[in-house]
Amino acid sequence: MSTENTSTEISKEEKKKKEMILFLSKSEEKESFLSKANRKLLSDPLDDNNPITVQVLGICSALAITVQLKPAIVMSLAVVFVMAMGNVVISLIRNLVPNRIRIIVQLVVVASLVIVVDQVLKAFLYDVSKQLSIFIGLIITNCIIMGRLEAFALGNGPWKSFLDGIGNAAGYGIILIIVAFFRELLGSGKLLGYEVLGHKGLTLEDSTGLYALGYENNGFFLLSPMALIVVGVVIWYQRSRNRKLIEEN
Amino acid sequence: MDLINLFVKSIFIENMIFAYFLGMCSYLAVSKTVKTAVGLGAAVIFVLVITVPINYLIDTYLLQAGALSWLGPEYASIDLSFLSFIMFIAVIASMVQLVEMIVEKFSPALYGSLGIFLPLIAVNCSILGGALFMQQKDFSGITEAITYGAGSGIGWFLAILAIAAIREKIAYSNVPAPLKGLGITFIITGLMAIGFMSFMGIKLEGNQEELKEKTVYESEEEKSDEASTYITNLDNE
Repeated sequence: MSTENTSTEISKEEKKKKEMILFLSKSEEKESFLSKANRKLLSDPLDDNNPITVQVLGICSALAITVQLKPAIVMSLAVVFVMAMGNVVISLIRNLVPNRIRIIVQLVVVASLVIVVDQVLKAFLYDVSKQLSIFIGLIITNCIIMGRLEAFALGNGPWKSFLDGIGNAAGYGIILIIVAFFRELLGSGKLLGYEVLGHKGLTLEDSTGLYALGYENNGFFLLSPMALIVVGVVIWYQRSRNRKLIEEN
Repeated sequence: MDLINLFVKSIFIENMIFAYFLGMCSYLAVSKTVKTAVGLGAAVIFVLVITVPINYLIDTYLLQAGALSWLGPEYASIDLSFLSFIMFIAVIASMVQLVEMIVEKFSPALYGSLGIFLPLIAVNCSILGGALFMQQKDFSGITEAITYGAGSGIGWFLAILAIAAIREKIAYSNVPAPLKGLGITFIITGLMAIGFMSFMGIKLEGNQEELKEKTVYESEEEKSDEASTYITNLDNE
């Protein structure tokens, strides 16, 4: 009796195991939620396939808002939201939309999401929304979003498109934050508004930190040309580290 | 005088590319040869000249707070400005469709060489950026809106023409391998932007009769500048 019981238990366990294996293999065929390919969707845009430095998308709004770190972070979050949601929505309706009018449909979907972001920012982060001025609106025409909608969401399911959206928006955000970090640090000696390099007084005696040694901020970093040059240097660094990205000409 | 001032300002001082980086994607992608750059630049001027005034009319008579008062006093309290993004982009997308059809009909060669980038004008940030800056600047009439559209279009055209010419020449120079292509283009654009900053000092002034209006004008200019030169504000903060 007892042996029978244990044997049935064992067989049950085996069955369960088999089922699990079956389930796993089956789900691997259909791809589990975070399979290797899906993780690649998330990690690829961070380096090898970065939207800004490799795909050359979304530079329009990326540069003007990188004077300070805080607007850059807010902008990145806004883009993450708009892109993930936009990718999901477009991928859900991709078989319903006629090919001819897809661009207008995409623009309308993205514009509605951006209106949501804009209104939320105006309600809860009014100062940042003032600083970002028209650049929140320009998320609509951010080439990353349209580019990924066209290149990915129109041909893939919602979950993959969601991951692709998050990955690409994160790749965009990383460059934004790197550029803003250097511009705010070197341009105004602050990070997120805190004086990390010490306080600059009117005279050397009043100053603390680096300023007491005679350090001066490089105000040039606050002007728009430096954003371009900083991005150029970031690209230089990335490509000398990852030489397969080097262009022919 | 105001119009000329606005025109010159929108071409050089508030250049779409060098001051605000608007339309960078197509600027970088299409600037490999001068010929396609000229085609795209002309298309941008055309679309901006059309869409900015149309969007100005929509903004003034439909969207702004109290803009609907021409319908009757009971509509005066309606504020539809939150709809401006979607209205502007719809106008722009349909105008771009129109331009695409016209170009395809009358200049198939240009259509072929512009290829995918013509529909991308719809998502060229400089077009929507022009509309949104127009909204912030509170123009007093439609002629100002047209002037602003033409000026910013020409500014964009000049920028892409210049970078395309430089990129054609740079093919012959010995750029460090990791900087080739995109990297050096960014840095050159940065240097060109520094050059364009020298236009900032230009202030067009009227003759004697207009000088007395100048003070009024300057305060207005400061108002319209408030939004655009937030970088300097950030610096002061």
